[in-house]
Amino acid sequence: MTLSSRRLLGGAMLAAVAGFALLGPLHGADPLRQNLSATLLPPGAGHPLGTDHLGRDMLARLAAGARLSFGYALLAALAAAVPGTLLGLLAALRGGWPERLLLGLADAVQALPALLLVVLVTAFAPGEFLPLYIGVALALWVEFFRISRNTAAGVLARPQVEAARLLGLGTGHILRRHLWPEVAALTATLFAFAAGTAVTTVAALAFVGVGARPPVPEWGSMMTELLPYHAEAPLALLLPALLIFLTVLGLHLLAGRERA
Amino acid sequence: MGGLIRVLGGRAVQAVLVALLVGTACFLMVRLLPGDMAYRIAASRYGYDLVDGAAAEAVRQELGLDRPWPVQLGAWFGGLLRLDLGVSLASGEEVAEALGIQLGHTLLLSVTALLFSLLIGPPLGALAGLRSGGWWDGALLVLSAALRALPAFVVGIGLMLWLAVEWEWLPVAGVGGWREVILPALTLALGLAAASSRVARDAVAGVVASPFFGFARMKGLDDATAFRRHGVRNAAIPVVAYLGLQLVILIEGVVVVESLFAWPGIGHALVHAVLGRDIPMVQGTALVMGLLFVALNALTDLACWLLDPRRRAA
Repeated sequence: MTLSSRRLLGGAMLAAVAGFALLGPLHGADPLRQNLSATLLPPGAGHPLGTDHLGRDMLARLAAGARLSFGYALLAALAAAVPGTLLGLLAALRGGWPERLLLGLADAVQALPALLLVVLVTAFAPGEFLPLYIGVALALWVEFFRISRNTAAGVLARPQVEAARLLGLGTGHILRRHLWPEVAALTATLFAFAAGTAVTTVAALAFVGVGARPPVPEWGSMMTELLPYHAEAPLALLLPALLIFLTVLGLHLLAGRERA
Repeated sequence: MGGLIRVLGGRAVQAVLVALLVGTACFLMVRLLPGDMAYRIAASRYGYDLVDGAAAEAVRQELGLDRPWPVQLGAWFGGLLRLDLGVSLASGEEVAEALGIQLGHTLLLSVTALLFSLLIGPPLGALAGLRSGGWWDGALLVLSAALRALPAFVVGIGLMLWLAVEWEWLPVAGVGGWREVILPALTLALGLAAASSRVARDAVAGVVASPFFGFARMKGLDDATAFRRHGVRNAAIPVVAYLGLQLVILIEGVVVVESLFAWPGIGHALVHAVLGRDIPMVQGTALVMGLLFVALNALTDLACWLLDPRRRAA
């Protein structure tokens, strides 16, 4: 498959999940409202995707989960990408001790697997979602930092940049015309991967009970809740898994290249 | 030899960084948590009904929580250096002792998972690389892309429901004989194999397209012999080197998969400790997981060094 058709497929998957997230509320059901006389219903009139073990509407819960995951992935990836990329550019342009300090910091962060770092942050930061944002941003900024710093350092060593300097063009010009086009392309790829990592991290942690907890309609914690009912309602267990799969695969395809 | 020492020295620095990072995070955790630390420890010792101000004061004196914080930080790292990891707030047992038992379980799981992944990933990838552009090459690309988009817990649930619940081949969860380790190890191995099969495929495709391989074929060796004599070792180097990067997938997977399969290892203990705010236990488990990550990385470095004569010469 060519690169552009791969991207198109990924974009279509994401658009499908996003459309589901946006159109879900039109159905009008409350994702938190229980109805204990209508539990584990199969798809049918009134509940297009059935109900869960507490009689909550699955369509409403899944759509709410999609909004949660999308919003989360976007914010967490932004919180990692913006400082990471800026610091990378700063390190390449400035050099010297700030660069060495930042590289050392990046090494220190990457000494631990990302998930471990996120778990450590969730262990002491208050709140449900804030520690997840902080944790994922803390773990992922390093990748943005490294890629923008390495790319920028490579570009800065080129003769055309030296020519621009000799012509008396300032750092602003070099940043805009020479650095940004190359750094932006790689950062966009990394952003899609980072968003995918954010979605899986939150779902995986919620699944083991860290971070989002019931009754919050998060895909991972929905699966924890529905696992005991796998025999009665296999579809209810499958749907959140399918949405996670589509979202992450869509992001990976949109990124368009193999992860470095 | 010098190259190896430099690489392993880098790993030693990484190990120190892990200890500093985890130690500082946990120290800060104790200071930043709302409420009175001494009171909380006293409550976990004597029970919330029996604790009073005097008991909390006694704990404060005993643990030195009334000293200025630089002294406390020094004492904290002093304890780390002596491998004194404290006592679990939840169960009251020595953290170091509990960790010893859990580490055994986690090691068994991760080594089995690595073995499984090496049996699954590289052979399938090599088959695709030998005939790049063929049907299996395309199928493997789709398979590995799909597996990479599935979080470990989803793969684990699928395997559990299919192999353990539906077909009743394997126990659902827990620990005991050799059968219990298969499901969690297979879950981790599939995630690892999704990545390593791609690396093996690219490495083998590269070897097959290389002039030395073409020459081996030209002088009359058949495909299989040429690959065995000239291909395997060259293709193995990137696969083993990439194992180092995959270890992140393994360690992260262990945390989730152990919880899913009720496997009493370090990852399971870490999640429990976080949920119970059992700080000494959080510190101990995070520290051991981080150090395990470094140790496995060092082993990968060593394997690369042994496989690649160019590195030994350097």
